[in-house]
Amino acid sequence: MAITRDEVAHLARLSRLALSDEELGTLASQLDVIIGAVARVAEVAAGDIPPTTHAVPLTNVFRADITRTSLSQADALAGAPAAEDGRFRVPRILDMDE
Amino acid sequence: MTSPTNVAVTTPTFDDAVARYEPVIGLETHVELGTASKMFCGCSTVFGAEPNTQVCPTCLGLPGSLPVVNEAAVRFAVMIGLALNCSISPWCRFARKNYFYPDMPKNFQISQYDEPLCENGWLDLEVAGKIHRIGITRVHMEEDTGKSLHVGGASGRIHGATHSLVDYNRAGIPLVEIVTEPDIRSPEVARAYVDELRELCRALTVSDVRMEQGSLRCDANVSLRPRSAPGEPAAPYGTRSETKNLNSLRSVERAVRYEIVRQAGRLDAGLRVVQETRHFDEASGTTSSGRSKEEATDYRYFPEPDLTPLALTHEYVDAVRATIPELPAQRRARLSVDHGFSPAEIVNMRNAGVLDLVEQTVMAGAAADAARKWWLNELARRAADAGVAPTGLAIGPAEVARIAELVAAGALTDALARKVIDGVLAGEGSPDEVVAGRGLKLVSDGGALAEAVDAAIAAQPAIADKVRAGKVNAVGPLVGAVMKAMKGQADANATRKLLLERLNA
Ligand SMILES: [Zn+2]
Repeated sequence: MAITRDEVAHLARLSRLALSDEELGTLASQLDVIIGAVARVAEVAAGDIPPTTHAVPLTNVFRADITRTSLSQADALAGAPAAEDGRFRVPRILDMDE
Repeated sequence: MTSPTNVAVTTPTFDDAVARYEPVIGLETHVELGTASKMFCGCSTVFGAEPNTQVCPTCLGLPGSLPVVNEAAVRFAVMIGLALNCSISPWCRFARKNYFYPDMPKNFQISQYDEPLCENGWLDLEVAGKIHRIGITRVHMEEDTGKSLHVGGASGRIHGATHSLVDYNRAGIPLVEIVTEPDIRSPEVARAYVDELRELCRALTVSDVRMEQGSLRCDANVSLRPRSAPGEPAAPYGTRSETKNLNSLRSVERAVRYEIVRQAGRLDAGLRVVQETRHFDEASGTTSSGRSKEEATDYRYFPEPDLTPLALTHEYVDAVRATIPELPAQRRARLSVDHGFSPAEIVNMRNAGVLDLVEQTVMAGAAADAARKWWLNELARRAADAGVAPTGLAIGPAEVARIAELVAAGALTDALARKVIDGVLAGEGSPDEVVAGRGLKLVSDGGALAEAVDAAIAAQPAIADKVRAGKVNAVGPLVGAVMKAMKGQADANATRKLLLERLNA
């Protein structure tokens, strides 16, 4: 197993997803297949190839500190499920830091 | 585990607590960088705009948008790192910090994790004449979060709220987080560290460092350990609490002080300190438990695939180094050597907001002590009365230098100089124009003073006789009479001298 059922349950909790026991079992085996497939990359990569996080060999891609026009408040909120007083309205937040 | 409910916890006094336990304090400070645009997009960073008017697809985390790093933010972070004596990483990456909370619309915050931009520095502080070197573990870059407004509960608290409203204007503003080693041992030094860091960022002009607006805020990690006897090795660190979001110097000092006595009380009672985040309440001066850290803060950091690594060259870092201005500690040393100001005088001038003005007044020709005295004692008060900053007064260093020069030359007394200040503030022109316009020139010789002296002697012959007989100290009332006749525009010493000459005393 590349990923355990406990790990899937932990990820589900971090992602605020309520999964049933049955769903956990299904997802764990499906994720296991996906991770197994991705793991085949490791078989191809020899020890002299460093891990990379980016497809193109670029560094220091910067933009100048110049402001651009932002969205209007109406446009910004256009896709929001709910809005109030010019702000995004979200359900009650459980007590948590920041 | 001992249950806290069946053990009586008595809180010791602060002095008692620190006599037996050594506080170990580390600070994490977030500084909002003063760039014009956000960290990864071109939205404005100006404070106080209407909600959600400084947002775009990138900082709202809309699909298809991509972040691009603001070069000025990197430059400012490097400046802070260099000023804190850090080494600048030749290669580092951004990382995603994943969490589910509506203050970040992307469900992650772009930050740095195991590859910070700056590492291993220090900041020296002077507190009560003693130098404290505070190690800097790291300085890393990240983006600020949005602001949540909790509705329906008591006074905007999360607890009991029915729903929350989020403004993303702040989301994506560049931040640096500056983390110290656990080198701080007292609330006063903790406060002094934040104060010095704030001055440093202000001198670098990388942030407006307004704590009340949240552009500099601080988390305090506090633990206690038993004091070891001289010669014995130090005890291992105790369990720490982390008090979040302290937004004034006073709060930093008070929160740390409260945590020291609270933890000492628990340890005295045989209880353990729980590793947790805590919140400081300004009104009561106490901290209360937040979410326990033991309940997994699992942010699933991974390298940010939408951004390329930073690989700053020596040339880039050297070019940034060349732009670093005089730092607060260097400035204090120079002010002390060049102008003879004591550390306390420098702090007073800085806190009154007149340090730059005093320095400019000295450069305009005033004696250092006179410049300090006029700005600190007279003009800072007038600025406070007028409700403006000292720099906002209608009198500047050039005028103050001229007034100080006239006083030093004996042409004005302090009392007359205040009248000149009145005139300049009232828009009557330069100090010399006010002196001429109001007729404030001090009369220390010449006919007018001589006439007034003779008149005073003639008016009070009994006193004059006493002085003639050798009672020099009896001359006081005559001096007073002359000063009155001259409407304050005579110099008391010169008057006295002239009176004694006339009386052959
Ligand atoms: Zn934006």
